[in-house]
Formats: sequence, C-alpha cells, structure tokens
Amino acid sequence: MSTIIRAEDLSFTYPASGERLALPVFENLNIEIAEGSFTAVIGPNGCGKSTLAKHFNAVLLPTGGKVWVEGKDSSDEKMLLEIRRQIGMVFQNPDNQIVANVVEEDVAFAPENLGVPSPEIRQRVDEALKTVGMYEYREHAPHLLSGGQKQRIAIAGVLAMRPRCIVLDEPTAMLDPRGREEVISTVTRLNRDQGITVVLITHHMQEAVGADRVIVMHKGGILTDGSPREVFSQVELLRKAGLDVPQTTDLLFSLRGAGWDLPLDALTPEECANAIAAAMQRDN
Amino acid sequence: MLKDITLGQFFPGKTVVHRLDPRTKLLLLIVYIVALFLAKSYFSYGLVLAFLIAVTLLGKIPWKAMTRGLKPMLIFIIFTALLNLFYTKGGTLLVDWWIFEIWSDGVRTAFFMVLRIMMLICGTFLLTYTTSPIALTDALERLLNPLKKIHVPVHELAMMMSIALRFIPTLIEETDKIISAQKARGADFETGSIIRRAKALIPILVPLFVSAFRRADELATAMECRCYHGGEGRTRLKVLRYARIDLFAFFVGALLLAGVIVLRRFGL
Repeated sequence: MSTIIRAEDLSFTYPASGERLALPVFENLNIEIAEGSFTAVIGPNGCGKSTLAKHFNAVLLPTGGKVWVEGKDSSDEKMLLEIRRQIGMVFQNPDNQIVANVVEEDVAFAPENLGVPSPEIRQRVDEALKTVGMYEYREHAPHLLSGGQKQRIAIAGVLAMRPRCIVLDEPTAMLDPRGREEVISTVTRLNRDQGITVVLITHHMQEAVGADRVIVMHKGGILTDGSPREVFSQVELLRKAGLDVPQTTDLLFSLRGAGWDLPLDALTPEECANAIAAAMQRDN
Repeated sequence: MLKDITLGQFFPGKTVVHRLDPRTKLLLLIVYIVALFLAKSYFSYGLVLAFLIAVTLLGKIPWKAMTRGLKPMLIFIIFTALLNLFYTKGGTLLVDWWIFEIWSDGVRTAFFMVLRIMMLICGTFLLTYTTSPIALTDALERLLNPLKKIHVPVHELAMMMSIALRFIPTLIEETDKIISAQKARGADFETGSIIRRAKALIPILVPLFVSAFRRADELATAMECRCYHGGEGRTRLKVLRYARIDLFAFFVGALLLAGVIVLRRFGL
C-alpha cells in the first residue's frame, strides 16, 4: 500500500502572543498514513492530536520538519487547494461547519469553491447525500436536524470534493449515542466500500476498536502504535497515560487480575464472551 | 419566546410568485416602491393597492401574516398619523379646540402617509415571505455584480449576509440556553426598573458574544478546509435564469409604473 500522508520530523509550536508564552505541541514526530487505511488517533486532552490533524490538510503549517500529502509539500502554497481537496476535514461541532441554510446548498459549498460546473455539482451533491443517507433531507434547514444528521451533512459536504482521505477531528464528541453510531457506521462504510482513507481522532475507545490501526498520543509524542489488539492489550501503559480501554478489555483485565487465564486481545463483545466461555470450560 | 421573531420569515410554496426569479422580485419591489411614492391620488393609490392585493392572493400568503408584520411598526404608524394630522394646514378647518387644529388637508395627508407606510411594509414582507433568504442574497449578488468593476466587494457582502442568516437560528437557540442557565442560577430578568433589566442583560450578551466569535473562528477554518478562497472562479449549484414568467412580471411592473405616471399627469 502506498503512503497518502507522511509527517517527517514534524515539530509545531504555537507562537507567543501577548503575555502567553510560545507553546510547543510536538517535536520530531514521524507518522505515515497508508492509503485506504482506517487509522484511529487517541490520546488525552491537550496531547496535540487536533493540532496534528490540522497539519494533514495544511490548515496549520509545521514550524519544523515537513508534511507530505501524496508527495506534495504541505507548505507549498501553489498546492494548497489541491491538498485540501484531497484531504477532507470534519470537525467536532456540526453547527460551526455548516455554511448554508439549506442542506443541499451546504453540501454544494466545496464543489462551488472548486469551480465545478453546475450540472456536475448537482450530481456530486446527490451522490454525497445518498452515500451518507441524507438524500431525503436535501431541502431541509440544517438547524432543525439532529446532531448525528448534521454531522453526516458535514461528511457529505466533504465527500462532494471527492477526497481520497477524510480526517475527522472528534466528530462524535458532541453527539448522543445514536448520533455517534450513525457517524461511525457512515465513516466505516466509506472506508470499506469506497476505499477512502480515514483518520479518526477520538476519545471514545470503542470507536477505535473498529480501526485497522490505533495511534496513541501522549504529551506531544507517540506512546504506542499498532493494531487495536496490540494497542489495547497494553492496559497498564494506557492507564498510566490517563486513557481508558474498551469495556471488553477492561473486563478481561479485571478477570485476569482475579486469576483467570484470559487473553487481552478479544475486543468485540462476542470475542470477549467466547474467550470467557472457553476459560470457564477449561476450568471445569 | 425568542423563537417568535419574524425576521425575513419565508413561507415555502409553489405559486407563481414563489417561482419568479428572485432578481425579478427584487426589481419589482423597487418598481412598486417608486410607484408608491409617485402616487398622489385615491386612484393611483387604488392602483398600487390593487397590485399589492393581487400579488398577495397569487402568492397565497395568509392575511394574518401580513398584519402580523405590521404590528411592530404600529407605534411608528400612529406617530406619523398624528404628526401629519396636526401639523398640516390647508383646506377647510374641521376642528379647532384649545391648541389643536385639524384641517381637511391634514386628514388627507395623514391618511395617505399611513397607507403609504403600511403598503411599503406589506410589499417588503411579500418579498421575504415568498423568497428564501438564500435566493435573495443570490439575487443581490447577481444584481450588484457590475459594481465589482469599481471594487465593491459584492461577493463578500453576499456571503456575509447568507452566513448571518444561517446563524440567526443557531444564535437564538444559544441565547435561550444562556438565559435558562442564568435563570437556573437565580438571575432575574423580569422585575425591576428598565435600567435594572437592561443591566441584567449583560450576563447574557457577554457569553453570547464570546461564543459567536469562537463560532466564527471555527467556521472560517471549516470554510478554508472546503477550499473557500473568495468569489473568484466560484460556480453555483443553482444558476438563476430568467424565464417567460419573469418577462410577464416585468411587463406588469412596467404597466403599474406607467399607470401611476399617467394618472399623475392628469392631476389624479
């Protein structure tokens, strides 16, 4: 698989302003995101995961090192629009990223900016809205929709650019459980069916379980990086960094503490149940 | 309570009036206002009023909506009526009591002024009732497009307007939330003198402004992420096109204006 985003010795410092001192966020970070992958980035508040995400589509430019998006340098101003078109971004608060007061007009915003001819905009908007399952709502006012629906509109708005990668910065943080489920299943479907690379920044461990790869950030560095099974079985390490583990891992970890012989890498509820059942049979 | 604000309220529909190009409607409104200000007599007022009523009926706008729009202007209308009634002299003296004098010309001017203001408001409301705000800003941007040559930031202004319209419901919701939060902590907005009540608004306005700025910042980032780079090279999802019906509407507008001018020529 080829690499879509590569951060090379990436450093970033928020500049000093007024009485606030310059704030270094991370130093010499190296990350590669593979094309077509589903990567989850987790970490406690203030670990720099949102700042990192903003480097992926040149909203922020590195103060040291380089970010390469499909081989293009993110600090090259001529490539700016092309990079932003390829790497779509969805933010936390759905209200603050919806521009228009009709759903389809909002989804059309990005292709309009790109100068796509009107008939093709129509086609892209319909396609994007159908993909996220919001086609029936195309003439509604966004402020009357639920949080999950609004966030799906925001995803459709990004899809209309036909990006190769979508970066989602805590897209479910302000949603209820149902909205969260809607958004995550939409994103998973995009990755699986359309091969769009997904980078999901989240603090819900359960959402990271479905990813191909989990990167754990801590204090501006990478604490651990690997498949969900590898990452979440390091329970002590994650706890020390102030992070939760998925409920299944938590249960298995507690049972192990009580003397049961259980693996820690059973992540889905079914796997977890099977592992416990197997252990009980062995005991009998 | 804050949700009742009618600001550019739109009644969706599929009538002839709704289907007209927003540019046509905007231009017709200007024609209508000019005709209204040229009108001098019962006949010409009657003509303009007939036009107003015809459009209201065609657009199937409920009469209640029209009168509701007039309510906030009531004080202004009454004030204008009284001023004209007492300060216009001429014709025959009708009432002469203490310091008050009412002349027949005063009654006539007051009547026409009130009629003019009411018709002005109704006409404007007719436009916002039958045209979605987004279509309206679109029309404004298109109509003012020639001004770009003299460096008027037409696109930016239209974009600001449509974003403002987009955020009105969001900010109203937010205000409601802040009011509830302050009430829950014992804030009192309903009692006391006007000054006291005005002071009580400060704890609402400050958080509202702070959050509005934060929203603006986030929105700007989100817009940049979706490749927004000003009006240059921008295309639109819906392209405005004049149809035959617009031509007909312009014809009616011209007829109205001509009618008023002709009546004025004959001193009517």
